[in-house]
This record gives sequence, C-alpha cells and structure tokens, in this order.
Amino acid sequence: MTTEKKITLWIDGVQVTVPEKSTVLQAAHSINIEVPSLCYHPDLSVLGACRVCLVEVEGQRNPVASCSFPVAEGMKVKTSSTLLRRLRRDVVELILDNHPMDCQTCVRNGTCELQKLAYDLGVRERLFQGERKHYEIDTSSPVHRNPDKCILCGRCVRVCAEVQGVNNLGVQNRGFHNVVAPAHGAKMIDSVCIHCGQCVNVCPTAAFTEQDGTEAVFEALANPDLHVVVHTAPAIRATIGEGFGFKPGTPVTGKLVTALRRAGFHKVFDTNFAADLTIVEESAEFIDRVKKNERLPLITSCSPGWVNFMERFYPELIPLTSTCKSPMSMQSTLLKTYYAQQMGIDPKNIFVVAIMPCTAKKFEADRVELRTPWGKPYTDAVMTTRELIWMLKCLGIDFANLEDGMFDSPLGVSSGAGDIFGATGGVMEAALRTAYEKITGQELETLDFKEVRGVEGVKETSIDINGMTINIGVANGLQNARHILDQVVSGEKVYHIIEIMACPGGCVAGGGQPYPPRGMHVLDPELGRMRASALYSIDAHKSLRKSHENPGIELLYENFLGAPNSHLCHELLHTHYEPKYPRGVK
Amino acid sequence: MSKPMEQLLQLRQKAEQRLQKEKLSSKIRITVGSATCENAAGANEVFKRVEELMQQHKVKDVTLSRVGCTGRCDMEPVVTVFSKGAAPVKYSAMTPEKVVTFFESHVLKGVPLKALSMPNNARSSAGFSEEKLWGDARLADRFSSVFSDVDFFGKQMRVTLRNCGVIDPESLDEYLVVRGYQAAVKALTEMNPQDVVNTITKSGLRGRGGGGFPTGVKWNFASVQKSEEKYIICNADEGDPGAFMDRSTIEGDPHTIVEGMIIGGFAIGAKQGYVYIRAEYPLAIKRLEVAIDAARKAGFLGKNIFGTDWDFDIEIRLGAGAFVCGEETALIRSIEGARGMPRPRPPYPAVRGLWGKPTVINNVETFANIPVVILDGPEWFASIGTEKSKGTKVFALAGKVCNTGLVEVPMGTTLRDVVYGVGGGIRDGKKFKAVQTGGPAGGCLPESYLDTPVDYESLMAAGSMMGSGGMIVIDEDSCMVDMARFFLDFTQDESCGKCTPCREGTKRMLEILQRIADGKGVEGDIEKLLRLGDTIKRTSLCGLGQAAPNPVISTIKHFRDEYDAHIREKRCPAGVCTHLLTYTITPEKCVGCGACKRKCPVNCISGKPKEVYVIDSARCIQCGQCFEACKFDAVKRK
Amino acid sequence: MISDLFKKELEKARAVFPDTVVKYIEECSKKKNPDSHLISVLHKVQDHFGFLANEHMDAVSTLMQIPSTRVTGVASFYHFFNFTPRGKHRISLCMGTACFVKGAGQVLNKLKDLLGIDVGQTTSDALFSIDVARCVGACALAPVMIVDEKVYASVKPDQVTKILAEYGFDPKKAKA
Repeated sequence: MTTEKKITLWIDGVQVTVPEKSTVLQAAHSINIEVPSLCYHPDLSVLGACRVCLVEVEGQRNPVASCSFPVAEGMKVKTSSTLLRRLRRDVVELILDNHPMDCQTCVRNGTCELQKLAYDLGVRERLFQGERKHYEIDTSSPVHRNPDKCILCGRCVRVCAEVQGVNNLGVQNRGFHNVVAPAHGAKMIDSVCIHCGQCVNVCPTAAFTEQDGTEAVFEALANPDLHVVVHTAPAIRATIGEGFGFKPGTPVTGKLVTALRRAGFHKVFDTNFAADLTIVEESAEFIDRVKKNERLPLITSCSPGWVNFMERFYPELIPLTSTCKSPMSMQSTLLKTYYAQQMGIDPKNIFVVAIMPCTAKKFEADRVELRTPWGKPYTDAVMTTRELIWMLKCLGIDFANLEDGMFDSPLGVSSGAGDIFGATGGVMEAALRTAYEKITGQELETLDFKEVRGVEGVKETSIDINGMTINIGVANGLQNARHILDQVVSGEKVYHIIEIMACPGGCVAGGGQPYPPRGMHVLDPELGRMRASALYSIDAHKSLRKSHENPGIELLYENFLGAPNSHLCHELLHTHYEPKYPRGVK
Repeated sequence: MSKPMEQLLQLRQKAEQRLQKEKLSSKIRITVGSATCENAAGANEVFKRVEELMQQHKVKDVTLSRVGCTGRCDMEPVVTVFSKGAAPVKYSAMTPEKVVTFFESHVLKGVPLKALSMPNNARSSAGFSEEKLWGDARLADRFSSVFSDVDFFGKQMRVTLRNCGVIDPESLDEYLVVRGYQAAVKALTEMNPQDVVNTITKSGLRGRGGGGFPTGVKWNFASVQKSEEKYIICNADEGDPGAFMDRSTIEGDPHTIVEGMIIGGFAIGAKQGYVYIRAEYPLAIKRLEVAIDAARKAGFLGKNIFGTDWDFDIEIRLGAGAFVCGEETALIRSIEGARGMPRPRPPYPAVRGLWGKPTVINNVETFANIPVVILDGPEWFASIGTEKSKGTKVFALAGKVCNTGLVEVPMGTTLRDVVYGVGGGIRDGKKFKAVQTGGPAGGCLPESYLDTPVDYESLMAAGSMMGSGGMIVIDEDSCMVDMARFFLDFTQDESCGKCTPCREGTKRMLEILQRIADGKGVEGDIEKLLRLGDTIKRTSLCGLGQAAPNPVISTIKHFRDEYDAHIREKRCPAGVCTHLLTYTITPEKCVGCGACKRKCPVNCISGKPKEVYVIDSARCIQCGQCFEACKFDAVKRK
Repeated sequence: MISDLFKKELEKARAVFPDTVVKYIEECSKKKNPDSHLISVLHKVQDHFGFLANEHMDAVSTLMQIPSTRVTGVASFYHFFNFTPRGKHRISLCMGTACFVKGAGQVLNKLKDLLGIDVGQTTSDALFSIDVARCVGACALAPVMIVDEKVYASVKPDQVTKILAEYGFDPKKAKA
C-alpha cells in the first residue's frame, strides 16, 4: 500500500496536515473552520465561480477561492480579515442585488443558503442596487424553474450532468444574461428532463422547487363528499423525522401514521403493501422470462425518474423493462378498485394521496397510461416528504411527541422486503428473497443479500439459483446506471436482472426529501447510509420479511386478482412504455 | 552544418533563383498592400487597375505582387514601386484614378511622382539595396531598408513586423529568401529543447498578449512536465477593440507564426500546435491556411519535419466572438468546443491545459519574435528595450492623432515619442487630453504622464497597462466619463458571467456611470465606483474581471474634476453626454431657414422664416436633431 | 436492437443539412476529441443557412452526440452565432474604440432609427439586418460600416440614408 503524500500548512496560525491533493477549503474544514461558500459542493466538480469562499494566502496578490486553491507545503492562510469580510460581503450583496427581495413569501424561507450567507456575512444594506433580471417562471412540470431566483452557482447543471447524466440543464447565453435552462430555453416538460428533482435538492435558493401538491390535498380534506386516503412510500419513514429535529436515520413509522391521521386523512395505508405486491408480480415476470430465456435482463421499473430516463435515453431497453407499475401506482390502483369494492365506496369519490420522496412521482401520477377508465389519475395527489413536513407544521401537529399509530388494513400490512425498497439494492434484495424461493421451492437460510446493499453507485454480483448463475446489476444515480446499461445495449456483459434507481443512494435521497440538517449535505453518502440504515433496521426487526408471505397479498390474490400475472393483474398492475421526444444523448 | 540546414539553404537558393527570374531581375517591381484594412480602403481595386494598365500598355520587365500591410493605416492603400538602382517609392492613399497618374509617370516615363508618394524626411534611402532586403542581414533590418526614409517608419523599429509590407505573405519562396525557417532548423538541429528554453529566457522576451509573463519561464514550466502529449497554442483571438497588430502580422507574414510555433513546440515537447483565431479575420485565416499548407508540402510540418526525427503539425481553430477567450483557460475551453469560461488557476495550463495536458499559450506577437531571438541571438534581442522589458512592442495607434497605424518601437520609448513623434501629434490642432493603453483592461493617462516609458512596469505603475497594444489618443472633445462607460460597456458585454463580481459588479458599475452621464449622479457615486471597482479587481476569477474596473479607476484618478462636473454641476465639460447638453441658437449665424424647427421632435423651437429661431431649453430633450440639421453651424451645444 | 431506433434518429438529423455539412460533421466525429469540433461545425452550419435554427442545433446534437443543452449553450455564448435569419443585406457597424471615438454610436442610432430594428434583428421585409462588430481593424477609416462586402469609411449619420438607398431602402416606406 502506498501512503499518500501529506502537506502541512498553517491556517489562521493553526498547523494542519492534509493529503496532497486537498484544497485550502478542505484543509480548513478539517480543523473546523467553516469558510463561507456557495457554488462549492463536496460531491460535485469544483467551479470556483461564486467567489464567496475567499481566503488570503501569503504571497498571492489577491485573495483566492479556497474551494479550488490547492494546498502547498508551508502555505500560510488567513480565513478572516477586515478585507475578506468586506469582499465576501460585497460579493454576496452583488448576488442579492440581482435577486428578488421576497424571502418571507419564499418556499425556501429558512432553508435558503443565500439568506443564511447574507445574514452571516452581515449584508445589512444594499449599496449597489440596480436593474434585476426578469424571466418567466416555468411551471410546466413537477420541477419548477424560477430563473429570477437563480444565482448561477451551477450546482444544478453539475448534478444534472455529473450525477444524473441527463445533461438537460445548461447555462445559456452570456454574462449578465446567463440563465440556466434546457436547450433552446425550452419548458421543462418539453425537454429531456426526467423530473428526478436532484436540481431541487442541490439548489441553494428557490430557483428549482417542486410543484405544490399540498393545496389540492387541503381542498380534498375539506370536501365532505370525498373519502381521502393516503399511502406513504418506504423511504418517508426514514427521513421525515429530520423535519422535526430527529437525527437522520431515525425511523418514525408510528408517528408518521398518527400525524397523517391527525391531519384528517380517512385511512392511512402503506405503499409498502404494494411494494410487496410488485415483488410478487415482478418475480413472476422474471421467472417466466428466465424459463423462456427471453427479454433478459429484466430491469426494474419502480423508479419513475429511471423510467423517464429510459424512455428518452434508452428506448431500446423498453422490451426489457418490467411492465410492473411502481408500488405507488399499484397501491393507488388497488385503492380505487379492490379497496373501493371491499368498502362499497364509489371509486370516483375516493381521493388518493401518495407521500413520496420524489418529484418524478408527480409526473408518474399524471401519466395517461396510469388513469382510471373514467379518465382520472389513480393517484390524485402526490406530496413530497418536504411538503408533508410543511403541511404538518402548518397544521400545528407536534410530530416529535406523537404516540405511535398503526397503518389501516387491508392495504397497510407489509413485509420487511417492502421497507427496504427505499434504499438502493432494496428492490433487488426483496426480489431475490421471493424469486429464489419460488424457483427453488426451498426456504432461504439467510435473507440478507449484503452484496447489493450500500451506497456505492454500481454493485454487481452473481448468485446461484438451482445451479443457474444469475448475474445481477444494481445502480443508483443515472450516470452510474449508464455504466451497466451501455453494457446491456452493447451485449458486452450478460445480466439477468438489474435494479436501477434514479437518485444517488435510492429513494432515501430522492428529489423530494428534506434539505439535510446542518453539517450534512445533499448527495452526502454518509447521509444516504444513515437514512438507509433506518430501513434495514425496520426490516431486521420484522418477522415478516418476504413479500410473497405477506398475508394481505395472499388474500388479495385469493379474493380479487387470481394468480400473479393473471389477466386482471395485467390490466390493473402492469403498464407500458413509449420512446419519448426530445431524445436524450447517451 | 547539419544536413537539414544544408537542405534548407538549398531550398532557399532555389527560391532565390526563382524569385530572381520572376521578379527581382525586372526593371520595375510594384507591390500593393493587401491586408484587410488595405482592402477595405480599396487595395483590390487598385491592384486590378495596375494589372489592367500593365496589360493595356503591354509593359515589359514590370512585375506586380501583393504584400502585407505596412501599418500606415490612414495612407492606405500603399503601393510601393521598386526601380532598379533607386530607392523604393511609396505611393499612398491610392485610388484607381491616382494609379493611372503614377503609372503613366513612374512606370511608363520613369519619373517618380513626389506629389503622390508618402512624405519622406531628410533621411534618404540611398543606402537601399536589394541585397539588404533579401540577403543575410539581421532579420529586423528588412523593413527599415525599404521604408525608413518615411518619417512615420523611420522613428520605429520593426522586429515583429519585419516582413509586413515587404514580402508576399502567400509565397513561401519569399519567406525562405528572408532567411525563413532558418531559426527553426537551427533550433531543431543545433540546440536541444533546454537550450531553446534557455535562449528564450536569456533574451528576456515577455508575453506580448498583455500579462508580460516571461516566455522562457512559461516554456520551462511546460517543458519539465512529464507527459506523452503536450500542446502549444498561438492565441490569435485579438479581441481588444482598437488593436489589430496580430491580424496584420498574420496577414503580412504568416510563416513567421508557423516557424515560431515549431520552435516553441520543440522546446516544450509538443507535437501538435493550434492557432486559435477570430472568425472575424477571414483573410488572416486564409493566409495562415496557405502558409500551413505550403509548410506541410515542403516538409516543414508533419512527420520528421525538415528531415529531422521531430514531428510537429498545426491546426487552425476558429473563435466565434468572445473577448474572454483571450484568457488562457477560456481559450482552452473554446478549443475543446465548450463555452469559453475561464477556470481557476492553479493548476496553470503549463501543467494542466488542453484536454488536461501541459499546454503553452503565447500570442501572435510573441511567436513572431521567436525566430529573431534564435537567429539574431538573445544578447542582441536583450540589447533592445529596458532593464525588465526587452525588445520592441507593437501598438495600434488610433484616435485623434495625426498618423494612425501600427507602430513598433523599442520598449522604454516614452508615450510622448509615440504620440507626438511617430504619431505626429493631435489632429486638427485640438488639445491632447489622454492616451488610453491596454484596451478595455487598461487606463487613461493624462498629459502629465506623457513621459512614461512604455514598458510593462511603468505603465502598470501609472495605473494603466501594456495589454495587447491598443493605444488610443483622446483629445479635448472626448468626455472621460463617457470613455469609461464605453470600456465598461465592452467588458460588461464580454463578461462570460461565470463569476459573481464580474457578472454582477460590472453591471452595477455601468449603471452608476450611466446615471452620472445622464445627469442623475449623486454624491457618493464616485466612492461606490471605487469600492466596487476594488472588490471586482480583487475577487474576479480571471484577468478580464480583474482588469475591468481599470478604465473607471484611472479616469477617476486623473479626471475626477470631470466626474464632479457631471455629478455636482450636471455639466459635461467636453460636451459629449447628451443629457447634460444645452442647445442654443447663435443669432449671428442663424439664417432663419427653419431646418431645426422642422426636425425638432418636441416642437420646442420657435421662429419665423428669415428670422432668428429660438430653442426653449425647458422643453428641449437634448436629442441633437437640430444640431445635425443646421447647415450653418448656428446651433451650439454645450 | 439499438440501431433501428437510433438509425432513424440519425437519418432524420442528416436530412436537415446539405451533404457537404453532413460530411463535414461526420469527418469531425472521426477525429480525436470529436466534441472539440462543435464550434467549427456550428460555423459551417451558419455559413450555409445564415443563422442557427433550433432544428439545426438539434440535428448537430444528434449527429455529434453532444447534449443539445450544450450545443445551445455554446451557440448562445459566442456572439458570432445568430438565431434569426439575417436580412438580404447585412449591415455591420464597427464598434471598436477608434470608431466609437469618432462617432460610430451616432451612426448606429441613425441606423436603428431608420430601419426600426435593434442590433441583431432583421427588418420585417427581410431586406436588412444590423450587427455590430468588435473592431474590424480598419481604425484609420473610422467609423466603418460594412454592407455585405462593401466597406464604407468615415461614415456620418446623415450619410446613412443615402447608403441604405443603394440597397433598395425606401425612407417613406420605412416611416410607415
């Protein structure tokens, strides 16, 4: 093992030793000096554009941007001085001067990084105020784009290209007229955007936000003619606590159920139920394909960001992608069919709300192929975790001190396999638990498939099922997914089953999840790990850990669907895909 | 002597023989300047007319060819006539009509026409000989052998522009005869890369693109990098409004750039060179293409160049109109096919440049000096100029000066010598106000600074900079607030928008300047400009932003009274800022024609025909229509 | 299984351009660092059409396999590229320092006034478009105005109408 070369330098008189390739900012962080920064993001490439993280380095004529300035042996750095304070203040004021002064009415009030910086750096008056830019707000898709609030830090552009490989957002025009937009300044809905919401996550201001789903929900709840039901995705229970002061990774399922009930929902169901159902259907699909040795590998279809990506970037893979609807759509469909029938309620009077970690779910809910025979979406409203947090605060619900509640039946029971859907590798692990037993007819000794767990971008492994080697690929973050998909397309490598989640780390880091607490950041692998650990611990503590053993599922097939992959199953639980335009560049 | 050198000298000999046969032996040799500026002034028509006359009169023993431009801008097109045994005669400001006159007299009758030629001073060019022009003389002596009798040129020293206006830029033969490519072969065969780097270092040559970084040091950084691939780039993205020496150099002497790049590539270990050139320079692009093709055909580019084991080739890449691409890292991004946005340095391009490989970027003028340093020696080169700034510098002298054009003078020459010596002083007897150097990155220097020597440090200390060599002379008719606004408007428009201070800050400075010019300035505006300027200078990502406030800061420093007049008295002393002007009609001059009244869009002029008209200043919107309309100079604006 | 869908895309993109442009793009794609030829390709396309339409840029994106947001990002960064058809006669006014000092600003205002368009725009009858150049390097002739290929030196505002008339400009029609 080669030992990395180390560099010793002095920051504010403190001696610090860091790896050779470090930047001054990293070195400062290592001794708990928080240099203010804006465009810098630890998991994206370095831009050096905002000029907020200035420090003085002895021997340099002017202050330097610490985010990009490499450390050197014996270097002497000052992170605060009268000059730096003034320069940083002026730079942040220049940003503010071209930013709407509407903090109080802004959705990022309190979570805005610019607001915090302006306060921290003491911008108390505006010296250089002048003309402000004015653009139209693009509300065409679940991801809203408001260039007036954009400070051109370029994080969204970088996450869209470097993490998601979508390359939808780019800086257009030049200079003062720079604007972040899709090609031709097109509306998001007419672009190659996959609505994953990672731009919303990394945006320091409210230049990217999600479409508001709360208003429709409030209205439905106030409508006495409607039966309003809600179901919550696996990942919500692992993250919503963060909105109420819990440490990331604290599972709060019971409080979540109670909170939703207090909010006025008539029934509170668990999307996990449909996650189990997805596994049963998908396993049946997989086993069928393996038996016939056709349309392999099977690629999962739970992640709507991935499905959007597939239709635009890899339409060749349509035949390979599982036709199973996502758990959200299965659950919503069952609520307006099976549940409506059981309860004797006119499905037209059922209003289905889904709490999702995801902005792309809003797009999915709106898909024409996922509508009722009477032309309405099966899912009437989608709220992200962030929106639910706000809604509960708005209602004055003291989340942290709520007693635990239980999901309603029949669509509220779930196995541990359903819980882990929220983390990368979770769908694969759940599927393997079922497929293995279905194929071999034998019970699994250990249920944990550790090879597919963890926040690494690409995980590959092979397992033996009945003497047959099954090659498995798991990817999260679409730039990582390309690595596997390109091999599938080229035929370079043989896979049998592939799980793709659009967001880096899976749904726990989805585009609708809470802005991270101080000291952590979006895309932080550690944050993903902590959140996922909540789900794995729920799974580990359950006795019911295999989807096909979920008694509710067994009952559902018996009473309603018939056998997995039956005709009715296909009608209600499966969907189809189409190549979409404009086409993305691979 | 090395084999490649022998071969090159043979080629030169053959070229000379061809040239003798085709041109030099003829009784009369006519050259027509043919750079973009010459053509704009009508050089093509002039060339055609001479050609027609030659056919019409069936003259024998007369040859006609094109050369680059001499840089005597306001006397273009220039036609030079070489007659055997006589000093060349330079006909200036030629038109097809004037061509007939000089042709009949000089070519047909053998009588040079003094009246149409450039005024020459006492110094005669009796010393002129073809030998001096084509022989083994010092490279830098070429130009003066032909042109030094003309005052404008005689006061200059042409090192970079040594061949411009002298040789046919599209002829490899002519370049070979003026010892072309000898420096390259010398470097490749008689020196090792380190020798070349050392030689350049020793010469004291500094980057002519603006920064003035020592070229040898830069080359050394790149040469010590261990990398399979390295690149050398010629920056021909001349973006300063008012600077055109790079264009002129390429149009007049493209092989020099090719040769300079070959030497640079060899020194740092780069086998591929790129010329990044503005798309707005079609003729320069064409001439460079012709030169590269010819060099490739001759075996000077490609594999085993000059018969050595060294490979080197050059590709041309076009810019697309972005001033910021003159900045090294932005230029690299542009060659890579991306938005030309600079990135933070370090790492410097010499370490991580084009496609992440060690890369050296020098500008055209720098490369043009390389063959001179190699062939005439670093000691000779270092003998020109000042202690820290060696060699010569080319300036594009323009504005309100009598003689405009390209001026090449030894470093250390005073601004006064350039403006009043070479430039001949201020036009139309007006009063000198300032000289602006360094383009949009530079500053305006007042009369009291005229004895500043032009070298990197002195100009910097005076609050301006060398830049790429724009030099604009400003007279009393220009308003310094307006000038500052013009330059800031430029940088603001050219800001790439990547970093906050440049994108947002220049916009705010421009707004403040605009409001001062509009008469809406308030106390404290100047302080705001200075504070913001300082912030932008200290915090911007690249040189463009770091220098953007210079024109504002320097005009405030030297012409604060003009700013104060705008802000406090709502008055523009130079009478430029329209919103601060008042229009009046001088009764003695008014003939009562009514032209002003008809033009006035707000009907604030009253009067009857044949009587004196009057402007109601309360309602006047200062549009200036009346001023333009008056044919009798009766409308006064102040 | 890829190729059918992709081939169709490529064919559609090829059909946007004349063969010479398609050939140029394909040659560039074969070279080392193909993406680096994007600007040259855009030059080529604009040379042919006189401007860059969305359709052109999308086709470049498909043929070069460069995300279209990058293609438009690059095209909109450089002032040399324009996105609307140019007029039959292209007026280019030099705005270099020398021209500015000698009154190019007034000439520009006169042009804008007469034609009723701004810089970068084209008159509704498609006869004229105005662009400003950053120093054409003919400073001695300042202010310089270029119509198509013809250079007009030392232009004064009151000469503009006459110059435009040479190209079919009708002042009466323009006022209406």
